[in-house]
Amino acid sequence: MGSAQDNTCQSEVILEVRDLHIEFHDHDKPETAVEDFDLTLHKGEILGLVGESGSGKSLSALAIAGLLNRHSLTKSGQILFDGCDLLTCERSRLRSYQGDEISIIFQEPMTSLDPLQRIGRQMEEALRIHHKEMSKDERRKLALQTMAEVGLAEPEKVYRMYPHELSGGMIQRVMIGAGIIGQPQILIADEPTTALDVTIQAQIIALLRKINEERGMAILFISHDLSLVRQLCHRVIVMQRGHIVETGDTEEVFLHPREAYTKALIDAIPKVDLSEFAGTSDAEASHVR
Amino acid sequence: MKDLVARMRARIKQLPHPNLFCAGALITAAIVLMVVVGLFYMPYGPTVMSPDRMQGISLQHLMGTDKMGRDVLSRVMYGSRITLLVALGTMIIGAGTGVLVGAITGYYGGIADEIVMRVMDVLFAFPNVLLALIFVSLFGSGTFKVMWALGISFIPSFARVVRSEYIRCKHLDYIKNARLQGVGNLRVIFVHILPNVSGVLLSNLLIGFNNAVLAEAALSFLGIGSQPPFASLGQMIAEAQAIFFRVPSAVLGPGFVVVLIVLGFSLMGEGIRGTSEGLE
Amino acid sequence: MRYILKKIASTLITLLVVSVVLFMSFQLISGDPATRMLGTSATPERLEALRAELGLDKPLIIQYLSWLQAFVRGDLGTSYVYKQSVAGLLATKVPVTLWLAGISFVLMCALALPAGVYTAKHAGSPTDRVLMVANQVIMAIPPFFSGILISWLFGMVLRLFSPGGFVSYERSFWGFVGYLVFPAIAIALPRAAQVAKLLRGSILEEAGKNYTRTAYSRGNTTSGVLYGHVLKNAFLPVLTFLGMSLANMLAGSLVVERVFGIPGISTTLLSSIGNRDYPVVLAIVMWIAVVIIVINLIVDILYRVLDPRIAEEG
Repeated sequence: MGSAQDNTCQSEVILEVRDLHIEFHDHDKPETAVEDFDLTLHKGEILGLVGESGSGKSLSALAIAGLLNRHSLTKSGQILFDGCDLLTCERSRLRSYQGDEISIIFQEPMTSLDPLQRIGRQMEEALRIHHKEMSKDERRKLALQTMAEVGLAEPEKVYRMYPHELSGGMIQRVMIGAGIIGQPQILIADEPTTALDVTIQAQIIALLRKINEERGMAILFISHDLSLVRQLCHRVIVMQRGHIVETGDTEEVFLHPREAYTKALIDAIPKVDLSEFAGTSDAEASHVR
Repeated sequence: MKDLVARMRARIKQLPHPNLFCAGALITAAIVLMVVVGLFYMPYGPTVMSPDRMQGISLQHLMGTDKMGRDVLSRVMYGSRITLLVALGTMIIGAGTGVLVGAITGYYGGIADEIVMRVMDVLFAFPNVLLALIFVSLFGSGTFKVMWALGISFIPSFARVVRSEYIRCKHLDYIKNARLQGVGNLRVIFVHILPNVSGVLLSNLLIGFNNAVLAEAALSFLGIGSQPPFASLGQMIAEAQAIFFRVPSAVLGPGFVVVLIVLGFSLMGEGIRGTSEGLE
Repeated sequence: MRYILKKIASTLITLLVVSVVLFMSFQLISGDPATRMLGTSATPERLEALRAELGLDKPLIIQYLSWLQAFVRGDLGTSYVYKQSVAGLLATKVPVTLWLAGISFVLMCALALPAGVYTAKHAGSPTDRVLMVANQVIMAIPPFFSGILISWLFGMVLRLFSPGGFVSYERSFWGFVGYLVFPAIAIALPRAAQVAKLLRGSILEEAGKNYTRTAYSRGNTTSGVLYGHVLKNAFLPVLTFLGMSLANMLAGSLVVERVFGIPGISTTLLSSIGNRDYPVVLAIVMWIAVVIIVINLIVDILYRVLDPRIAEEG
């Protein structure tokens, strides 16, 4: 883990963010939430985006996913994906990427699914929107397969269940499954484990790593938890108050932080090794399959 | 005084919809002004008949005259006073009793609560006017009796809301804490929980007041309430319905006043309540 | 299934409790029916005989049970004033109110649901603002006032119907429906305004929830999010109000029946209260209570069908 130098710099860039600004206009004076934000994501890498709450990391992630469309907010800069700028391109073009090429999972799994729809239907939503050529049975088969892949035991049963019947960890697996079902190029994980307890957290991290390795999917992992980032990410971007403080290969940043803020963040990590949990969960996930 | 005005202005500016609130307040102020002026001065006596029957709007009669030659504006001034009084009384009786019933049943629960609320649920679903009518058949007709009948018919709506608030509140930690410290039940009900219910109660009072105005107008339209020759808004409309096509002002005058009374309060209520972000 | 049976059982209990309350209160207020029927000049012997005949000499509980037994069989008693069976008296009135309520309810939904969805979808737009202010104004208009205005507009200006010229359904069914459409507008308008406002608020509230963001992230269009996810969730809180509105409409609109001269149950109720014809009043009030309770049951069952979360609590 962490030895990412071998597969980053030379591989193809799939997402590039240049000079992103996000400004709120809720009050009399405009408030800048994100300023001069740059990011490059390569094919197949896991990029970490860390910072304390309010540092603008989640906003940047939502902007990349095309989910910041409030009237009281302005964005400028460029988000380049597939040769087009997601900030200025047509809505229909953006939508054709959403859920198909760029997927996102969120911090609060329990409220992230429609409470009135069965899990199966929500798993298949991206397919229904982007792959209309697929038959009902094909969608169902792929959904069940993906559910098994993300470690949901008894997919047939879960398929017919409603969100309130599932635990937070299971729902986050459903969210990941529904996110990757269309084989997107990028999966954005916005604090996916913050609302979960520690053992589940380790399982989800292990699952994300597995998806990255097996599917070669690029992951943009947003977290305030540096120890998670260190376990998972190849490269890392550190943010503070809307600005990028430091960026580089994970081990490099952790071993030789250049900025005082990064140092302070690293010093604040509790010294507990979570890898043993991660190990058990790997075994469990494969056992389920 | 200046300071007070400035503070008021600042408070209003913070409301979700200051414009709606101000529009509502303006309308309500105009109605109240009309009623207050009516206490001291009316252009004509509300029951005084004159030979000028069924006249349209003129300088002498700003809202015209009815089929007995009575000045509609004077009658409207008198009638709105009655309507506002009855609505106020209705709220005092209905909300007062409703809060009591809701607080006690919600706090204590049990079989008595079950039975009372079952009946309240059914009564709540009865239209207010109908319920009041049944009580009027019990008490007899007349302004104050109508007020009582309406008041009682509003008890279920308040009891239901307050009860559910009490059920929610009694499980809150600080209430449990108060009870553990040995605070008496009555004190918990009225001193600890009641202030928490006040927000919900206020918005229900605003809505309830409007419903009371509408119900009073409907009852007096049906001929129940203050008896002729004394004016009430609904009854004036009922009397003038037959001559509406000849003298519309006799219906439109009292009709628009009812609309304005209700609109004033509902706009103020809208101004206070917030709205959320749109779909996108 | 067990849930529905349980609900039906509790509904029956509610009906019983309500019938006891209503029967007892009408016994208290109605005084002595024998005196009422025979007049104050009747001899004590005749009064006594009639009381025995009507079962009034028995204890209240027995009277209640025999009343209930008769009521369930469809025997609603005898009108003091018309000296005919209450059931026969109401047989011609209930269909009128039923049809009026039905038309009003359909009109209300047809107006309110599209308006609610539209204003929510375009929240903050000029149309939304205008409609929301119009909504407030419509809610403030009492139905008797709007009834008169509707009579004037559709009756006198547009000459689409003749106000006061009620057509009975026996004479001409379509004439009957055609007449009822106009009072139905007066009944439906203020409720439609309320439903539209409620639905709009509910949609906007749901639109702020996390699952909406998830739906957008999958590539849904705004319409896709709205019709595929938000609407069903937003409809749940509105359902209670729709049920209550239907119950209210079936209970009959006192003022609108009066304004338009419609011989429905409200008109009968009003005249029976005036005449102190208590068997008729009791029968109508019981009818309304039954309607309300049955509609509450239906709404409960609909919730159970629409919302999987309720199934858990059983």
